Amino acid sequence: MTAPLPVRPPEPPAPRTPPAPPGPGRRAPSGLLAPLRRTGQLFALALAVARAVFRRPFQVREFIEQFWFVASVTILPAALVSIPFGAVIALQVGSLTEQLGAQSFTGGASVLAVIQQASPLIVALLIAGAAGSAICADLGSRTIREELDAMEVMGVSPVQRLVVPRVLATMSVAVLLNGLVSVVGTLGGYFFNVIMQGGTPGAYLASFSALAQLPDLYIGELKALVFGFIAGIVAAYRGLNPRGGPKGVGDAVNQSVVITFMLLFAVNMVLTTIYLQIVPPKGG
Amino acid sequence: MGIEVVVEGLTKSFGKQNIWQDVSLTLPAGEVSVMLGPSGTGKTVFLKSIIGLLKPERGRVLINGVDMVNSPEREIMETRKLFGLMFQDGALFGSMSLFDNIAFPLREHTRKKESEIRRIVMERIDIVGLLGAEEKLPGEISGGMRKRAGLARALVLDPQIILCDEPDSGLDPVRTAYLSQLLIDLNAQIDATMLIVTHNLDIAATVPDNMGMLFCRNLVTFGPREVLLTSDTPVVSQFLAGRREGPIGMSEEKDAATLAAERTTAGGPYAGSGPCTVVPQLEPSPGLPVRQGALRRRERVLAMMGTLPEAARTAILDSYTPTLGGGRP
Repeated sequence: MTAPLPVRPPEPPAPRTPPAPPGPGRRAPSGLLAPLRRTGQLFALALAVARAVFRRPFQVREFIEQFWFVASVTILPAALVSIPFGAVIALQVGSLTEQLGAQSFTGGASVLAVIQQASPLIVALLIAGAAGSAICADLGSRTIREELDAMEVMGVSPVQRLVVPRVLATMSVAVLLNGLVSVVGTLGGYFFNVIMQGGTPGAYLASFSALAQLPDLYIGELKALVFGFIAGIVAAYRGLNPRGGPKGVGDAVNQSVVITFMLLFAVNMVLTTIYLQIVPPKGG
Repeated sequence: MGIEVVVEGLTKSFGKQNIWQDVSLTLPAGEVSVMLGPSGTGKTVFLKSIIGLLKPERGRVLINGVDMVNSPEREIMETRKLFGLMFQDGALFGSMSLFDNIAFPLREHTRKKESEIRRIVMERIDIVGLLGAEEKLPGEISGGMRKRAGLARALVLDPQIILCDEPDSGLDPVRTAYLSQLLIDLNAQIDATMLIVTHNLDIAATVPDNMGMLFCRNLVTFGPREVLLTSDTPVVSQFLAGRREGPIGMSEEKDAATLAAERTTAGGPYAGSGPCTVVPQLEPSPGLPVRQGALRRRERVLAMMGTLPEAARTAILDSYTPTLGGGRP
């Protein structure tokens, strides 16, 4: 019974080819370049979205749903935040101008601060915090559950089907919301200046029209548009590329909000600088 | 008629880890093929590469002249409409009901009226046996039902190429048998090219026309089913018998020392493990047309007879001699 000892079948399985040639000339992913690659991917997504906006069919239904969603989570907080914000600026500027003896210009100064700076930033922070995080979590969990793969397999581009309506929704809500916040913030400033600090309504309004000009509103709206775009793109980018598993989605949401905030302030600085350079101040 | 899928020299790595290299094979038009392989050999990666979700570093996947690896995204998207892919866990959209899930491709790609869509979708739901569950959300049904719903969604656009990722996982043996029959029936009805990735031995033995096996970063073989079923290559025979003894280990392949030790203690029991019996292939249910793919395959296989190993040749001849298919199982 012990006779025919090990008869190995002729060949070991698949001839084991030399251990996985790392591919000639294939760059090893370096730790230094990783952030650059991410940035590149972010810009690539922004480009892809910009192109897909004009590609048919446009997802009307998804856009309306997303628009409604983004608006419903941001309107109330935006209004509630903008009243105290306008008030703080009015009080602060009011006390400063009082010391300088230029109290009659409080209106103009606080309004400019609200319309040009505070309003787009409030809008963007709320959109990034409330809507962007929801968008990122939504897309992220769909990605890890392979839903987006499934969509792509069916020949439907997730960028066109999901990302474009969301980005357009954040942009348009940002623009509209910016109008609301400007008005509410200005009214808040007016209220606090006139009622609390004893400013005169006439001086407030007069200085307002003396210093403010239409381009101030334009730049505010333009900023809101750009910030809405950034919030939407960053949320979508982090949502489409979560790092594995439910925790990855949580991290992605976190990062999307942080990245958006940092980008916002950087872009805001650039836009403000350019604006101040090219649009002459009215009062000067 | 289905479309031929030609894979040439495909190599895929994730970072430094090579998944498989230089995989070349042709999925003949309208035939059913099965890709076997132990867990973790990149079978799913292979499927996703065929459909262009993952981009291998080298090689091509040609479908109707479109290279799913390197062609422009636009053409790839177009070509994907020819595919139906059944994901391992269904990959249904969690926020939509089963009906909407299955109707999704129709609503995206066709301009059919809602009544027409309803008719098609209900027909597919009936095929996979989910009537009555169409208003449920994917979270409210069992894994097996999700799988079947995924299959229904893959079928709704009448695909020319159907890819199934482990259709059996999470299904009981009876449902697996039904599913095998369903796949064959589908093939008879729409003559689509099918690739099933699995490690279920019943499916492997009864469903395919062709079989391949991935192991250890390589395509071990790909050819008519009889070639693998009668193969005495250690990997293949170990896998098909579900034995522990052989080159496949728990993690991946075994090292030489373990193999040698195994050889001495076990006395090489698998060296001549007797003639493998080739189970007859499933036939379409009565009343369905003959599978065109099977007819084409017969021509093809008989023509390549000379190049096949002895055992496979006899098995093929056995299966073809009594013209009525060697009796139904």
